[in-house]
Amino acid sequence: MARVTIVGGSGYIGGELLRLLLGHPEVEVAAVTSARLAGRRVDGAHPNLRGLTDLTFADPDKLDECDALFLATPHKETMGRMAGFLKLAPRVFDLSADFRLRDPALYRRYYGLPHEAADLLPEFAYGLPELHRDRLRTADRIAVPGCMATAAILALHPLAAAGLVEPEVTIDARTGSSGSGASAGSENLHAERSGAMRVFAPTRHRHEAEIGQETGLSARMSATGVEAVRGVQVVCRARLAPGADERAVRSAFRAAYAEEPFVRVVAQKRGLYRLPEPKILSGSNFCDVGFAVDDDEPAGGAGRAVVLVAALDNLVKGGAGNAVQCMNIRYGWPERAGLTFAGLHPN
Amino acid sequence: MIACPECEAKVDLPDAPRLNEILECGDCHAELEILSLEPTLVGLAPEVEEDWGE
Repeated sequence: MARVTIVGGSGYIGGELLRLLLGHPEVEVAAVTSARLAGRRVDGAHPNLRGLTDLTFADPDKLDECDALFLATPHKETMGRMAGFLKLAPRVFDLSADFRLRDPALYRRYYGLPHEAADLLPEFAYGLPELHRDRLRTADRIAVPGCMATAAILALHPLAAAGLVEPEVTIDARTGSSGSGASAGSENLHAERSGAMRVFAPTRHRHEAEIGQETGLSARMSATGVEAVRGVQVVCRARLAPGADERAVRSAFRAAYAEEPFVRVVAQKRGLYRLPEPKILSGSNFCDVGFAVDDDEPAGGAGRAVVLVAALDNLVKGGAGNAVQCMNIRYGWPERAGLTFAGLHPN
Repeated sequence: MIACPECEAKVDLPDAPRLNEILECGDCHAELEILSLEPTLVGLAPEVEEDWGE
């Protein structure tokens, strides 16, 4: 049994971590922090957890040592506090963006400020099991990827690893409103958000940097907020390598994900849900990935056009669930422990 | 066991297959039609088309 603490537990990711960890057979939640809500019951901020816990939010400055820390603290702030966090627990799972990028210059370019703890960057493993499972088995500091980055990387990885895709990729990412957090702001007003299809990052979305780092491709991503609370879907457009066809693509996807517990290849010829869609993934740790290949091979030696699609719940496989999966791998527990919820249909 | 002509996944045959029987590939969900029994051959089943009654 591992005693864990969630730092920054009042937000949506913190609440999702708490939901998953309370149901985990190998975990005891020792503390959940919130500076704003210290002393208040956690089920006030997360009413879905009523009856499941009597925990109250702890003051983040008065934490005891524990076996593992889950950090749901803000980007740009976490790096300045990391040295203190590392004294509290031998294992740290950081859900902020601050330790995902290996190159501090890239961090500065995408986040607009110099990294305050660049010396710690090499100590962090990128927490995507499908690409880095072996390293995660022994890693004590794990940076959990961004939600849209996770979807895009898992969509692109099979073809990138097999050399079946040209390096220029365009990504159209759609996200639900929970991705923008639980804090108040005009962007989260119902009157402003409801019904929106808002292109909030037409160029240089931050997750672009992670996608390039992990796939080796030159990714350009636009991100749009859509009418949903949970869910991310990415549509990636690229060219296959000359001569590659749908069978080669399907074979690469099968080879990459045949043994993966949380990645399903969805590229069907029939049915309503032929390609990945986040609607049926709410609450689950699945990422569905799929593809469609243009039958026509262009003249002049260019490869066929390919569309790669991935979908996930941004708070689960795109955040808290993936962090728990990383913990399961690190502790040698069954990888599905605490993560067996299948999603909802209809939803 | 046969290979799906659409995606090459393995598809189990029924114990007693019948000519023109429709199977479904568990991988790509294509509908397959048994075209012959000895040897067993399958092809993509024809799409059901709209019939406007002419």
